[in-house]
Amino acid sequence: MTEATGAPVLELTGVDTFYGRAQILSEVSLEVRRSEVVALLGRNGAGKSTTIKSIIGLVRPAKGEISFEGKPIQGLESFQISRLGLGYVPEDRRVFTSLTVAENLEVGRQPRRENAPEWTHDKLFALFPNLAAMSDRLGGLMSGGEQQMLTIARTLMGNPTTILLDEPSEGLAPVIVEQVAKTILDLKAQGLSILLSEQNLHLSTLVSDRAYIIEKGRIRYEGSMAELAENEEIRAAYLMV
Amino acid sequence: MADFIVSLLTGLSSAAAMFLVASGLSIIFGVTRIVNFAHGSFYMLGAYIGYTLVQAIGSTGIGFWAAVLIAAVAVGLIGVVMEILLLRRIYKAPELFQLIATFGVILVIQDVTLWVWGPEDLVGPQAPGLKGAVFILGKPLPEYDLALIAISPLVLLGLWALFKLTRWGTLVRAATQDRQMVAALGVNQRWLFTGVLFLGSALAGLGGAVQIPKGGADLLMDFNILAAAFVVVVVGGMGSIFGAFWAALLFGILQTFGIQILPNSTLVLMFLVMAVVLIFRPWGLLGIPESVLQIPSGPPERPLRPALPRVRALAGAACAVLLALPIVHLVFPEVVGTFTLVLVIEIMVFVLFAAALHFIMGPGGMVSFGHAAYFGGGAYAAALLVKFADAPFELAFWAAPVGGALLAFLFGWFCVRLSGVYFAMLTLAFAQIAWAFVFQDMPGSVLKTFGIADEYGAPLKITGGDDGLNDIWPSQWASARVSYYYITVGLSVAALWIMRRILYAPFGYTLRAGRDSPLRAAAIGIDLTRHRWLAFAISGAFTGLAGSLFLFSKGSIFPTTLEIARSFDALLMVLLGGVQSLFGPIFGAAALTWLNDLFSVLSYWRFLLGVTIIALVLLLPQGLAGFAGTRLGRRLRLARPEEMAT
Ligand SMILES: Nc1ncnc2c1ncn2[C@@H]1O[C@H](COP(=O)(O)OP(=O)(O)O)[C@@H](O)[C@H]1O
Ligand SMILES: [Mg+2]
Repeated sequence: MTEATGAPVLELTGVDTFYGRAQILSEVSLEVRRSEVVALLGRNGAGKSTTIKSIIGLVRPAKGEISFEGKPIQGLESFQISRLGLGYVPEDRRVFTSLTVAENLEVGRQPRRENAPEWTHDKLFALFPNLAAMSDRLGGLMSGGEQQMLTIARTLMGNPTTILLDEPSEGLAPVIVEQVAKTILDLKAQGLSILLSEQNLHLSTLVSDRAYIIEKGRIRYEGSMAELAENEEIRAAYLMV
Repeated sequence: MADFIVSLLTGLSSAAAMFLVASGLSIIFGVTRIVNFAHGSFYMLGAYIGYTLVQAIGSTGIGFWAAVLIAAVAVGLIGVVMEILLLRRIYKAPELFQLIATFGVILVIQDVTLWVWGPEDLVGPQAPGLKGAVFILGKPLPEYDLALIAISPLVLLGLWALFKLTRWGTLVRAATQDRQMVAALGVNQRWLFTGVLFLGSALAGLGGAVQIPKGGADLLMDFNILAAAFVVVVVGGMGSIFGAFWAALLFGILQTFGIQILPNSTLVLMFLVMAVVLIFRPWGLLGIPESVLQIPSGPPERPLRPALPRVRALAGAACAVLLALPIVHLVFPEVVGTFTLVLVIEIMVFVLFAAALHFIMGPGGMVSFGHAAYFGGGAYAAALLVKFADAPFELAFWAAPVGGALLAFLFGWFCVRLSGVYFAMLTLAFAQIAWAFVFQDMPGSVLKTFGIADEYGAPLKITGGDDGLNDIWPSQWASARVSYYYITVGLSVAALWIMRRILYAPFGYTLRAGRDSPLRAAAIGIDLTRHRWLAFAISGAFTGLAGSLFLFSKGSIFPTTLEIARSFDALLMVLLGGVQSLFGPIFGAAALTWLNDLFSVLSYWRFLLGVTIIALVLLLPQGLAGFAGTRLGRRLRLARPEEMAT
């Protein structure tokens, strides 16, 4: 895989996040560069989702800086962050179950952006052929895999330059995970940058350039995905259950 | 047959206003999660504004309908003003707290309406071009009824198109399900919320305006329609517009036929149907079971902990002052007058009422919209015992807590199975049934159907309907002002202490465990429903005790004691005081009773009270008891350093 270069598109520096009085993230720093797929790995409860929610503004970090394309975004509301071109695919999919596939996509639609590929229903249906056949189906009546494709497609409708993908392989059959991997590589090829949170290594080894390991809200390891794949010790320490 | 058809059509026409108001309420709740108490007031404003506009431009058919539409738009804009000036600032506050804000708006609108249009009921002008009647199988039906029948399906169609065919409608439907996700997809919710408030309020205004030719405009419209609209929304299914449509038709028809079968019981009938529907379909006819419909009582709460020494000392000091007041009164009557004693008695009654409501609301997470039923119901039980069994004060007095408990036990059986908004609405419905029971003197009507009536064949007066029951005083020994003062203070302080003990006992812990994580509580084998039921009955008993103290301090009792407004007062006291603290209801009740008393001599006291409430909501979003957690409160050592209000 090619090494991405240039200034980071997304950068977190020393981020602390609390839920109530419980500190969940401590001094989290990480960066994603253009056209790079970065994995954020960690066990269940390690703080992956909280990191991603801190970026998109669904929770407010107490300390630290988050910048996107050089501009600080911490403190902005999530709709403002999203409109800068940062797409968010949540972990539990959060498909609008009472809306049809087409309507779900409509909710995600945003005006086109200079520096991002533009997505239309047709282009998306080409990427996710099985969604095309069910554009009038209610979101609630779809299988888990179909819902996962729909959430990705819905986020793409916002024409993002960078995507935060929270555990897309969770609960999916292996053949669907392959499909997700193919999609991620497709998007990377179109120039999108991706932060991918995952619990298991399978999907991330297929697609990522670099990886961070988070444990108990702290970044414990940073390196290329290839290095990590070889490093039995680190994997045993932070990732095995 | 002809009678039947005409009745059916009349029923359909009377469904129009209900549907319009209910659909607006439902839409607003769906997106903002705010139960807009002020919705009935928007309906009332629609009628008044519509009336004025029809006077001005409504002499022709086009003018009339233009006036109706302009009234709807005007009310929609008032809703927008409320959203921008008030709701927008408090979306992040605990959701229950938002209820109080809209309650403040009700009070303000009541007085503004009174000020602008005066106290007289306005008789609506007829609609030009629709003044006659059509004959159906020889029976007359007003032409305007036909117009009303047509309005509901037209509006339904319009709403359907709006929600189904426009981007805005799609976003609203998405936000109804998961508004956080909608925001994360780049949608600025502010404009969705504002738009929804416009639409919902305009529908209420339209409802008020279209019914002027039939009902005119009066100052009681707000609460009257509110109860009906809640019922329609709940029966139809929260958030479902089609549900609201069918439920409104059902109730319209029920009312028309109900009047013919059981003249005095249409309200009761309506609420009974609601109770039955909710028992079989807890989420209404077309609603979806959603945990989202919970009314969360705020952020995760701090565990209850014993009071700090400083707080205990203050509580002790307050008790000492309460005990000393009458002595000061006897020695220096010019310092502490009779009036002060009367005010303190009233305050203590409502402190007890509010604390009993808080007992289930705070620790139990059950938000009752209809607690006046147990307050007034208990009081009526005692009063009836005095009137018809000549029971002595010492016996009758205790009939109230027993009556309150039994009533809560009965109603509670149905209610505790539901949660969130549905629980709240069902308690409201039962309270309305209890109200109608005494207001329409149901026992008298029932006896009459068994042939028991007075010498003229009219129903016997049992509850006395509107006139209430009078001349019910304590025994000689208790009737002096000072004696009754000590009885009230003694009993209410004792009751507060007992409730506090219960909440710190295992029963209280179980209750809170059930509130915070019902599934987990069920998993470790707790029969939550039974605990909730018991808590509801206990709360009913203490509420009834407050009712008893109230009854014997006034010497009479009226159906107003069971009104929605009275239930809302108690709710307001708890919320204003702060749900999170056991001291909250005490502050809230004391403050509100005192404010009521202070303002009641002024002519526009509701306006002042409403504005005060709104100001408090904006300034102290944790309630009055939340003051202890502010910087000043911590400096005075009323809260632990970490208990900082946020
Ligand atoms: N809304 C919340 N309130 C309180 N604690 C939370 C909340 N969401 C997550 N947590 C806690 O934060 C920690 C990190 O959670 P999360 O970021 O979801 O982990 P991951 O996504 O890595 O599985 C966990 O211990 C979890 O229990
Ligand atoms: Mg997660």
